[in-house]
Amino acid sequence: MTVQTGIQPISAARRAKDRLVQVLVYLAFALAVIPLLSVLWLVVKNGLGRFDMEFLTHSMRNIGARDAGGGAYHAIIGTLEQVLLASLIAVPIGLLTAVYLVEYGEGGRLSRTISFFVDVMTGVPSVVSGLFVLAFWILVLGMPFSGFAGALALSILMMPVVVRSAEEMLRLVPRELREASYALGVPKWRTIVKVVLPTAFTGIVTGVMLAVARVAGETAPLLLTVFITDSINNDPFNGPQMGLPLYVFDQAGRPTDTAINRAWTGALTLILIVMLLNLVARLITWWRSPARRR
Amino acid sequence: MAKQIEVAGLDAYYGSHKAIEGISMTIEPRSVTAFIGPSGCGKSTFLRTLNRMHEVIPGARVVGKVRLEEQDLYGADVDPVSVRRTIGMVFQRPNPFPTMSIFDNVAAGLRLNGRYSRSQLDGVVEESLKGANLWNEVKDRLNKPGAGLSGGQQQRLCIARAIAVRPQVLLMDEPCSALDPISTLAIEDLISQLKQDYTIVIVTHNMQQAARVSDKTAFFNLAAQGQPGKLVEMDETSKIFTNPAEKATEDYITGRFG
Ligand SMILES: Nc1ncnc2c1ncn2[C@@H]1O[C@H](COP(=O)(O)OP(=O)(O)OP(=O)(O)O)[C@@H](O)[C@H]1O
Ligand SMILES: [Mg+2]
Repeated sequence: MTVQTGIQPISAARRAKDRLVQVLVYLAFALAVIPLLSVLWLVVKNGLGRFDMEFLTHSMRNIGARDAGGGAYHAIIGTLEQVLLASLIAVPIGLLTAVYLVEYGEGGRLSRTISFFVDVMTGVPSVVSGLFVLAFWILVLGMPFSGFAGALALSILMMPVVVRSAEEMLRLVPRELREASYALGVPKWRTIVKVVLPTAFTGIVTGVMLAVARVAGETAPLLLTVFITDSINNDPFNGPQMGLPLYVFDQAGRPTDTAINRAWTGALTLILIVMLLNLVARLITWWRSPARRR
Repeated sequence: MAKQIEVAGLDAYYGSHKAIEGISMTIEPRSVTAFIGPSGCGKSTFLRTLNRMHEVIPGARVVGKVRLEEQDLYGADVDPVSVRRTIGMVFQRPNPFPTMSIFDNVAAGLRLNGRYSRSQLDGVVEESLKGANLWNEVKDRLNKPGAGLSGGQQQRLCIARAIAVRPQVLLMDEPCSALDPISTLAIEDLISQLKQDYTIVIVTHNMQQAARVSDKTAFFNLAAQGQPGKLVEMDETSKIFTNPAEKATEDYITGRFG
């Protein structure tokens, strides 16, 4: 072993290597951002033209094939209701599953089995979840096409994302915090509700938002379960509904420019809704964070 | 309020690894008992068996008896949660709840266990923070996060949190190991005050500290690496530090090993 004597300047070779790696990292970043920006740019450029009050407040009812005008109100309502219902199903189940895996499973057979099936679910293609709901809910049980059927399909896609992200966040909560709570004579379930979950809250909300963003843009499962309509249907439990991804799909498939423009605006609206939801989640976590009171 | 603890033939395991073996001792009420011994000899493990915190570690179990004034803590129908409510604990590293304010941290034990009015909580929080010598430093910022305090203040916050639920015994695992001399002194003063009302057990690597604060001292040791730790001897602190019965104790105290 050679003993280094004295403090030496950074060698030229190390400087050069540092520069090179820095450039590579920036390059990789630029490459990653280019598709994102170009998609955004395209959607905004093409979608802004029809992004008006009529688009946000009218449906496509009585709009002929070549007519201008019309809007996506029915699709916006549909998407909001479907995603909300899907979250109402998937978030509690996903969260409870994660709590079981982290707090109660202790690596036993059941928890390993659940873990395995969550992994399998993560890999299920979205169209398969739609087919499953179509086959089981609509064909076997004889339920109608509805927003709720779509929400069922979406919740199948959301669940594994919620479980995995919540599980990761719960595992990040240090054991010392749980022990501090136990040592005060707090039962395990209250420790989980009052100490563990609040500590992991920010991360869990972020995970839920990722899951919401993922399913809000799903088209295939909705096609098989929600069907397509041009009219407003506020009741997600009865009859065909619309959703923004379906709307984009539907309009983009029509041969006129006015329809294509509506499709672009539908895509823009979808992006804005997801961004808005993210913003709301950020606000909630900021409002709940201890840093605010500092 | 303070109660006596009696331990008889206690072994503790982590899975198949036996960490401590055959420990029997009596811990007197309204006094401070210090546990000393080389690293890894099972002091923390033993301390955690006294309020059934040992078993929260997956695979960990305990054999033997711990009695709190005639009541067997490991009896079949004893609720470990109520044991922990009676025997409080302060950990080596300060661990305030990061999502809670200073006030909420101190009130946590009460709040998480039942309903209390705001004025009741106000009283308990003030009293506990005063008891932990922290009131003057934090009284103007009770609703600021507990994690924003210095390490020493956090540790005293944890002590306030532990005494807020009015335990009968207070277990402290190296409560000063992360603290500066002034905070250490504050906590030692605090221990001397608290022993009027509580039974206190403290683990420490600091011989002077053991000598300063404790009435009785127990010396733990292990025969060899991988062997379970054992209680070598326990006696009046003055006797342990001047005229111990065992050679190993004297060697350890005078710094010849460990
Ligand atoms: N969570 C655990 N899982 C498995 N073994 C453990 C665990 N905690 C402690 N042990 C083992 O139990 C033995 C006693 O450890 P313990 O922490 O009680 O020692 P200690 O006397 O408190 O040491 P120190 O003075 O360094 O804190 C050690 O051999 C240790 O490896
Ligand atoms: Mg220890």
